[in-house]
Amino acid sequence: MNKDNHQGIWVYIEHTAGHVQRVGLELLHAGRELKAVTGEELTAVVIADQTGDLAEQIKSYGADRILAVDCPQCKEYSTDAYTQLLYDLICEYHPSTVLVGATENGRDFAPRVACRLKTGLTADCTALGIDEETGDVAWTRPAFGGNLMATILCSNTRPQIGTVRPGVFRAEQVGTAAQVVRLEKNLPEQSIRTRIKELVHREGTPFRIGEADVIVSGGRGMKGPENFPMLQELAELLGGVVGASRAAVDSGWIDSSHQVGQTGSTVRPRLYIACGISGAIQHLAGMSGSDQIVAINQDPDAPIFKVAHYGLVGNLFEIVPALIQEIKAMQA
Amino acid sequence: MSGFVLTKDQRDLKRLAAEFGKQVMLPAAKEYDLLGETPLEIYKQAVEIGFASVTLPAEYGGLGLDMTTQCLLTEELSRWEAGITNALGASSLASKPIMIAGSPAQKQYAVDMIQSGHLAAFGLTEPDAGSDAAALKTTAVRRDGGYVLNGRKCFITNAPYASFFVIFAKTQKNIGTHGITAFLVEADRPGVSVGRHEDKMGLRLSAAADVILENVFVPEENRLGEEGKGFVIAMKTLDASRAEVAAAAVGIAQSALDQSVEYTKNRICFGKPISKLQAVQFMLADMEIQTQAARSLVYHAAELIDNGLPYGLMCAAAKCMAGDTAMKVTTDAVQIFSGYGYMRDYPIEKLMRDAKLFQIFEGTNQIQRVVVSGALLR
Amino acid sequence: MKILVCVKQVPDTTEIKIDPVTNTLIRTGVPSIMNPFDAYAVEQALRLKEAAGGTVSVVSMGPPQAMSILTDALAMGADEAHLITDRRFGGSDTLATSYILSCAVRQLGPFDVILCGKQAIDGDTGQVGPEMAEHLGIAQVTYVSQLRPDGDRLEAVREHPDRQEILSVALPAVITVVKGEERPRFETIRGRLKANRQEIGILDREALPVEDEKIGLTGSPTKVKRTFTPERHAECVWVEGESAKDQAKALCQALSRAHVI
Repeated sequence: MNKDNHQGIWVYIEHTAGHVQRVGLELLHAGRELKAVTGEELTAVVIADQTGDLAEQIKSYGADRILAVDCPQCKEYSTDAYTQLLYDLICEYHPSTVLVGATENGRDFAPRVACRLKTGLTADCTALGIDEETGDVAWTRPAFGGNLMATILCSNTRPQIGTVRPGVFRAEQVGTAAQVVRLEKNLPEQSIRTRIKELVHREGTPFRIGEADVIVSGGRGMKGPENFPMLQELAELLGGVVGASRAAVDSGWIDSSHQVGQTGSTVRPRLYIACGISGAIQHLAGMSGSDQIVAINQDPDAPIFKVAHYGLVGNLFEIVPALIQEIKAMQA
Repeated sequence: MSGFVLTKDQRDLKRLAAEFGKQVMLPAAKEYDLLGETPLEIYKQAVEIGFASVTLPAEYGGLGLDMTTQCLLTEELSRWEAGITNALGASSLASKPIMIAGSPAQKQYAVDMIQSGHLAAFGLTEPDAGSDAAALKTTAVRRDGGYVLNGRKCFITNAPYASFFVIFAKTQKNIGTHGITAFLVEADRPGVSVGRHEDKMGLRLSAAADVILENVFVPEENRLGEEGKGFVIAMKTLDASRAEVAAAAVGIAQSALDQSVEYTKNRICFGKPISKLQAVQFMLADMEIQTQAARSLVYHAAELIDNGLPYGLMCAAAKCMAGDTAMKVTTDAVQIFSGYGYMRDYPIEKLMRDAKLFQIFEGTNQIQRVVVSGALLR
Repeated sequence: MKILVCVKQVPDTTEIKIDPVTNTLIRTGVPSIMNPFDAYAVEQALRLKEAAGGTVSVVSMGPPQAMSILTDALAMGADEAHLITDRRFGGSDTLATSYILSCAVRQLGPFDVILCGKQAIDGDTGQVGPEMAEHLGIAQVTYVSQLRPDGDRLEAVREHPDRQEILSVALPAVITVVKGEERPRFETIRGRLKANRQEIGILDREALPVEDEKIGLTGSPTKVKRTFTPERHAECVWVEGESAKDQAKALCQALSRAHVI
């Protein structure tokens, strides 16, 4: 394959209910970093039944161009339609690189697109770079539950495709507005083999721990679900949310949407407070990128202190209430 | 199996018991220990897996496995929670006299009931007849093609939940144990009632109560074996079940030992883990030695049963040794955990309470010594 | 309904530790288990069979030791099992693996439903299911927590962090499952004893009509350039004090000085 025939970095922009998902904006930032090395054009791809407003939402996030595909069969996400449309676009424009957010939908159709193109896909990346020797994208991803990192190249086929974890890059507005290229597509109805019968939204506001600014997390040391309200109070005082380790989730103390770590969400809040979390490697994989990490644990040798900026050795059942009092006093 | 070399089947089944014990039985321990009730859903789940079917004969739909496998599974289940294990064991105990002396129809009934999740109970003990079975007061009088039973059985494990009982009653007075006959009594027969749920010290996930028989009519086909053979049937039953009971006691001792080892490595005292103290190390060593010795006797007894060799003495020795060992090892575990060991928030004191019954039921350990010395001095 | 479940043998990643001296994975002594998500797929398959009738087959690709997880699936109640194993299949990435699996599916099939776990806990890619569906040219639904027959289709509940989609999918289809409410059942003693005596079919390179250029390292577009254990940064500032209150106060002051709060 002549790699030179493939040019351009693409970012697939996912959206739900008329809103662009943050991961797409984050990937535009990642795309700009790659572009800074390769000098390729950065394209955002958005597919919907009506892309008008969606294209507007992403205009200022650094893409040179937006491919906005209107297709009447795309009122809702389907594996078959989105696979076909992205595949057709790639065949038409032959980009060198395609970035897709590692969400449920991204990880649903990106492998099908890659397989249809007979090219490589690297899943769930947490770092991107350009390999100095080959000029290929160096995709770095965790494996073995975050115990091992692997850097993967796709050297002989194009495009090179990867799904990238939400929360790894920061969404960033830049001044310039992208040029919008509108395309209209149509697919045979019978080519879509799934149909959504019903959408059930979870109760309350959608809980996205990955977007929180402050996270107060509890682990096995919390001893039971009855002790989580204390974390909730601390989190609320700091304008944050409650997170949890796998141990706490597996024990049924808190819903899995709160789980931080390799099998949960990757987070990088401004402040992460780990209470009674020993710091299993799979947990560290999901939170060690946080700006400031505070760890409260009884065991001074707990691995969590290896990533913490501030370590408090002691009884969290005394320290957390004291912290709550202290912050209330500060805020008063 | 010879010694401790397990077959692949046995290894896999032991692992299954460990998974079930850890994931299902253990999490229920604390709540039901406080309640003093059997978690029947868990009991039924154990039955579905086959833990109540191990030695039931294959020709009637049971698994037909050997006593060694039964002991392995009982030990492993008991390591996680001895009370539910005891409820399973009590149903198994009730099935044994039927398998020893029952008719094909009685055997099929018992196997079908137990395998569909019904509990069963073995009714020998009475308020005035514990170790001394000849003192039974329950009577069975012949009438209209059957018998009428009257009397009171006490401390009957599973009684509150049982669908059928095996009841030992006197069909003839004044000839001692020769007047005892065994009956299969369905719990829904008129005149059968169950007394107050006993508030026990330990093994609280298996329930015990009195069984009261007031003019209970059973047809002749409910008699197990011949008239007057009841005592022999009961003794054969207890002889064979002792290995199983002993295995459960070993499981309790093992649990206490495992938890003690873990605890001593993590408990810091005088700036180092208490496992570095020789006083503690020697306690752990003794606990291990005693547990292994008890286990050796249990599997020796099981091997004798499986090979059709005389096993009475060895089963009594195993039950006595395992019961005393469980008591000793769990007491030492409480000592190692000290203050925490004594608190009900921690799982150690339960083991000690559970262990105590193993020196008492299915023949007190004094009776086991009678059996052993009797065999020596014959 | 003919149902196939793809299962993978994985190291129990919760048991993996890092050698503090060499900073490498310690793999020895780590137990091998059925990928936990695959166990949920087996459970869904058995439930589907209970609801709609049919058979449950299980297939795994891996070294001969992977036989043990196939026996585990048989002990849970699967009807038959096959192991895809050949040194020449080694080194396959997800594209090549899904290609080999799709060839096995064609050989053993046709199947109405093919179930996989959403991802394996060692590779964590979650790609093999969708790529296999693509090789086979059939429909797929990923991240499914519940599944039930729906006429000649299936109804599936697909999980997102903030919502569920209730989907209808045409058959045949590949379904990848998450850990739903229905936990994998325990095997039974009878099932285990039967499974330990059951023959497992072997599919090697000779038994499968695969094209050599599409398998192994040759057939894999992605290559691992290097692996490393993640770096752990940081000098931890120990916040000490006479009491919990003192510690809390000191922390608040430090965070406030750093403009974090």
